[in-house]
Amino acid sequence: MSSSALLKSSLAKKYWMAFTGLFLCLFLVGHLAGNLQLFIPGEEGQLQFNAYAKFMTTNPLVQALSYIVYLSIIFHAVDGALLTVKNRKARPVNYQYSNPSANSPWTSRNMGILGTVILVFIVVHMSNFWYEMHFGQIPTDADGNKDLHTVVVAAFTDASIGLVYVIGYVLAMAAISFHLVHGFQSAFQSLGVRSKSLMKPIQIAGYLFAILIPLAFAVIPVYIHATH
Amino acid sequence: MNLTLKVWRQSGPDAEGRMETYQVKDISGDMSFLEMMDVLNAQLIEKGEEPVVFDHDCREGICGMCSMYINGRPHGPKQHTTTCQLHMRSFKDGDTIHIEPWRASAFPVIKDLMVDRSSFDRVIQAGGYISVNTSGNTLDANAIPVPKDDADAAFDAATCIGCGACVAACKNASAMLFVSAKVSQLSLLPQGKVEAAERVKNMVAQMDKEGFGNCTVTGACEAECPKGISLENIARMNREYLKAQLTPGK
Repeated sequence: MSSSALLKSSLAKKYWMAFTGLFLCLFLVGHLAGNLQLFIPGEEGQLQFNAYAKFMTTNPLVQALSYIVYLSIIFHAVDGALLTVKNRKARPVNYQYSNPSANSPWTSRNMGILGTVILVFIVVHMSNFWYEMHFGQIPTDADGNKDLHTVVVAAFTDASIGLVYVIGYVLAMAAISFHLVHGFQSAFQSLGVRSKSLMKPIQIAGYLFAILIPLAFAVIPVYIHATH
Repeated sequence: MNLTLKVWRQSGPDAEGRMETYQVKDISGDMSFLEMMDVLNAQLIEKGEEPVVFDHDCREGICGMCSMYINGRPHGPKQHTTTCQLHMRSFKDGDTIHIEPWRASAFPVIKDLMVDRSSFDRVIQAGGYISVNTSGNTLDANAIPVPKDDADAAFDAATCIGCGACVAACKNASAMLFVSAKVSQLSLLPQGKVEAAERVKNMVAQMDKEGFGNCTVTGACEAECPKGISLENIARMNREYLKAQLTPGK
């Protein structure tokens, strides 16, 4: 691929959106696997979660992978913003009267808005937990690991702001779900992976992924809030 | 039936446009939408006003000249129907109908409802052809065997009439459905395979140069296309372009 076509052509920009988007889908699965450990009760759960958090922040391979994730998020957001600007320019004068819901689903027309909501969530989410884990002053548990478990539980059970966090988290997961309902199958289309026989499996996998993964994420803070 | 029409009037490419309201009476359900517009224009001419300018030619749904964004949708409310084949029976007595031109920076308004679609011609000129000798010794096309599935897919793509409804419907004013139909129609067939890589690169480059938007896979183009061109063509073009860019060549 010539270097200009690699970044500048409209199609290549969509390849990158699709590629980073699908990579971030994989990241969601990995992240969820870690979060599910919050369901383990008592001190055993606390120690295991903290040991896992330590592994995730110190293992060189995981660290390398995490930088690729940060880059993917930034690239996906910047590329998306550039595409949006170009798309707006393609129709400088809008229709006086339009009926877009007659021919396209809402999610497909609002990926930018959903993406912005998700980006705001990521910033808040990382300042709550990622920043605390890396740079915050947090106590250690019985094994001497940073006690991220207590930070997480405290955030979602805080008397004044805990419920707001839970609701915000659930709403952000809903935004991710809507983003994925369109984004998952759309990524395959952008990469040219589509045929009569592949169409249905990709759609079904997309819907399942878009519903089940964010749902599993959303259940965790609700569970924590309800049980602590 | 009696109707209220809200029509986009714009006296020239650089003039400020606005929606004007008109009343038309005794419209028959058997009239086509364009015939209804003819009634409006006759009325305007009688009153000594400027008639509404709109594109039309064959009036039988195959030339791709008619356009019009009717009640928020290109070619109006019916599926697989061009404006000339849309009949007034699709509307009710007393309805208000909004009529606007296609809106895209690559389709500048010439006057009223007529837009300049020569950007499509330039995309075709960039690669929408096959280089064959036409000096009298051309091979019979049927002498080359073509798998049935490929022939069918190429023919489906070839039904595109280049009207631009896909661009008009797309929230990004993207021409991906049009360009991909033309790319597919040619590259699926043996005669077109020879230049497939250069073709897709050149046509996409021209499409970008004309200022069309990107594909967000909303599916609006496919839903509004009077010929039912499938999004599958866009996926095929994405595939062809990726292949062409990754293949070392000139």
